[in-house]
Amino acid sequence: MAKFQLKVNGKPLQVEADPSTPLLWVLRDHLNLVGTKFGCGVGACGACTVHLNGRAMRSCQLPVSAVGTQAVTTIEGIVSAEKEMHPVQKAWLELDVAQCGYCQTGQIMSAVALLKSNPNPTEAEIESAMTGNICRCGTYLRIKAAIQQAAKSSKK
Amino acid sequence: MKNANNNQSRRSFLKVTSLTGGGMMIGFSWFANLIPNEAIAAATDKMDWVELTGFIKITPDNQVKIFNPNPEFGTNVMTSLPMMVNEELEADWSKVIVEMGDYDTPRFKSQFTGGSRAMAMAWKPLRTAGATARLLLMQAAANEWGVPISELTVSKGVVMHKASNKSANYGALATAAAKLPKPEKVELKKASEFTLLGTPQKNKVGKEIVGGESLFTLDYKMEGMLIAMVIHPPAFGMQLKSFDATEALKMPGIKAVFDFQVYKDGYVKAGFDTRAFNKLIAVVGNSTWEVMNARKKVVAQWEPIQDTKEMVMARGGKREEIIPAGLESTENHLRLMHEMQKKPTRVARKDGDPETAFKNATKVLERTYTAPFLAHNPMEPISCVAHITDEKAFFVAPIQIPEMMKQNIVSNLDIKPEQIEMKLARMGGGFGRRAYGHYIVEAGHISKRVKAPVKLIYTREDDLTNGIYRPTYIMTYKAAIDKDNNVTAIHVIGGGIPESPLHENRFPAGVFDNYLAESWDMPSNITIGAYRAPRSNFNASAEQSFLDELAETVGKDPLDFRIEMLKKAKANPVGKNNDYNADRFIAVLELLKEKSNWGSTASKNAKRGVSAYFCHASYAAHVVDVTMKNGQPYVEKVVTAMDCGFVVNPEGAKNMVEGAVVDGIGNALYGELILEKGATVQKNLNNYRIIRHREAPKKIDVHFVQNNIDPTGLGEPPFPPVFAAVANALYKATGKRLYNQPYLKELGKV
Repeated sequence: MAKFQLKVNGKPLQVEADPSTPLLWVLRDHLNLVGTKFGCGVGACGACTVHLNGRAMRSCQLPVSAVGTQAVTTIEGIVSAEKEMHPVQKAWLELDVAQCGYCQTGQIMSAVALLKSNPNPTEAEIESAMTGNICRCGTYLRIKAAIQQAAKSSKK
Repeated sequence: MKNANNNQSRRSFLKVTSLTGGGMMIGFSWFANLIPNEAIAAATDKMDWVELTGFIKITPDNQVKIFNPNPEFGTNVMTSLPMMVNEELEADWSKVIVEMGDYDTPRFKSQFTGGSRAMAMAWKPLRTAGATARLLLMQAAANEWGVPISELTVSKGVVMHKASNKSANYGALATAAAKLPKPEKVELKKASEFTLLGTPQKNKVGKEIVGGESLFTLDYKMEGMLIAMVIHPPAFGMQLKSFDATEALKMPGIKAVFDFQVYKDGYVKAGFDTRAFNKLIAVVGNSTWEVMNARKKVVAQWEPIQDTKEMVMARGGKREEIIPAGLESTENHLRLMHEMQKKPTRVARKDGDPETAFKNATKVLERTYTAPFLAHNPMEPISCVAHITDEKAFFVAPIQIPEMMKQNIVSNLDIKPEQIEMKLARMGGGFGRRAYGHYIVEAGHISKRVKAPVKLIYTREDDLTNGIYRPTYIMTYKAAIDKDNNVTAIHVIGGGIPESPLHENRFPAGVFDNYLAESWDMPSNITIGAYRAPRSNFNASAEQSFLDELAETVGKDPLDFRIEMLKKAKANPVGKNNDYNADRFIAVLELLKEKSNWGSTASKNAKRGVSAYFCHASYAAHVVDVTMKNGQPYVEKVVTAMDCGFVVNPEGAKNMVEGAVVDGIGNALYGELILEKGATVQKNLNNYRIIRHREAPKKIDVHFVQNNIDPTGLGEPPFPPVFAAVANALYKATGKRLYNQPYLKELGKV
């Protein structure tokens, strides 16, 4: 066991955990941030996607000891200071993307990171950036359309 | 899911409401004037429509809550079923709160997510519940204002009397309404009068989903809860011999390591009681990561099983199930299946004289199709929360069939039925996997043993290697063709390990004077169960691939050939039990033909495949366009025609069909679970291939036949015909007919 000072969703937090504990389980078990999902544990499905300094990262593959001072953002942290939903979340609702919904927070985190680095992605760029996120219900077409809509709405 | 401390039991909840709340609650207990639950259960069989009502709860401050009775695993019943209630209730839909009902089947009557049955089962009862509540509220207003009910109108949860300019919202009327006798007769709206049903409505749980709120079993927490994982044998055909937990128990955070038996010796399994292994090792500790690490330190010895017999009481009555010893493999399965196809089998249906027709045939087309085991892989791994005390058996369970788990829980955990309290968490996918709730019993055993609330978690590896899979199947189709290119007989032999896929009364049965259908199955120790449109998902692929090749052989357009056969079956049906309505089937194919521009020059030049199927009471047909992308065949576009009767929520319906099409393409091209020495080769999503973003089509056009037939489901029906549509399009693109799934492997593209 060791103590770690983390910065999660803008807040400094202290956790005590085994250094090898993946960030995923620190978020879920220790910090009760359950919007980050466990899907495969081997970085193959994207359900556990969070941002590390704004970049998409599979939290099941990242030991808490490797996080250091980097800013961690989870799905719970992408709303605005006024608690307004992120434009990507809004697009998800407008296009009624979800079926079971389990993978969607990971999909949204990948999409937010994509639009941050590439505000106007082509279809191929969306496919490439999102292909690590599995949706077993097969909502891929709606996810892509929602990303395109979010890109359009933030240009306004 | 909120914290358990906030969750009062249904019974106390009811009591509190009736004593202090005022307002009204429509539902079984309310109509029965709060008679005790036991009496309700006893009376269930005698009740009329009331037994099927969901809940409507209206508070004096005008909150309208509708409970969804059916477990939600992504088919959007949390929206579509309450829509049925509210069409008649006429509350303000934008303000209606929707909540998942707990397990309480005596009250809800039907709590079953499977077989694409939700729409059909809920259609009349839920609208009747809504209409009844509305009439009571109107009657309360009529009494209060001293006017006849016929002079009242209702809009968005407000009752109005125009002549006297009086109005009152439902909240103000609910307490009085709750004291009135239920109306004798309730008339339901005609489809032409609907204002909510048939309009696109967004998912009522959308905000919670995109916000990452606690909705799923894996998210659930309660005071003092421990985390549990199990260790199961490394292969089918193996069992636990002994284990040493010394090192594991030294690991930080670990509370207990023990073995336990899931079902008692002699337990007669019901249809959904399938489980892979009966003796497991449990590892229990404070946190997930600690348990995962300690689990690796348990040293277990395994031994081969002997031939075992278990009793099953399921479809087909009580029977002995043989679980053979041995380590099975895909290679062996394929060899055995091909051998079995040549042996005498059980005749399931025979029309006319197929033997003579084949003897007199000018040409015979014979083709054999196979498909591998498949794993469901719902995105949320298997899990269950259990807290068993002397008083109560509390569960948070992701389960498609809660009522059917009752006997299993009662028998194997020594619990009284009335002690069961089960919250039905939103499920992160199911596809049939969560119809088999052995994990509920496992969690129960572990909680009992450690005397604490536990959350049982399977890893992805656990679920993939300890699964309830789609069986492996084989099917041989044979057609007798005369000198004029007429098909004179069809012969089909279907078999599988350990279950046959054959539906002998499905199309093209009923078309040809001479028809023979045969079936066989063979025992296996690999556990199998329902997988999105069980059996149909393979049947359709074999049948619709064969009909495509048959059309080509007799020189006909594949789509027109199907319509022609159906017209023949309609005009002059052969046999009695044909399991389809030719008119509706034809209408779906005609719609597909129109919407896909089938027969146009562009269509003829495209690499297109067509397929159609009827199962689970709905009709589905697809045209698939294949192109090449980075040297790989790619399904770029799909046009779909569906007949599921009246479409309750067009946007949700479209989403379901799109998902089924994507799932079908993925499984057709990549889906495969290989067994070697009794163990699955694929152990996680890095080698069990599921379709991904860049492999999904660019466009899926979904069209519904417009009719007012009572609605049927969409979870399964669009899925089975996708496989053959893909195979038939791949043939156009590559010149190679495909017979063995997954098709990409047969094409040598993997």
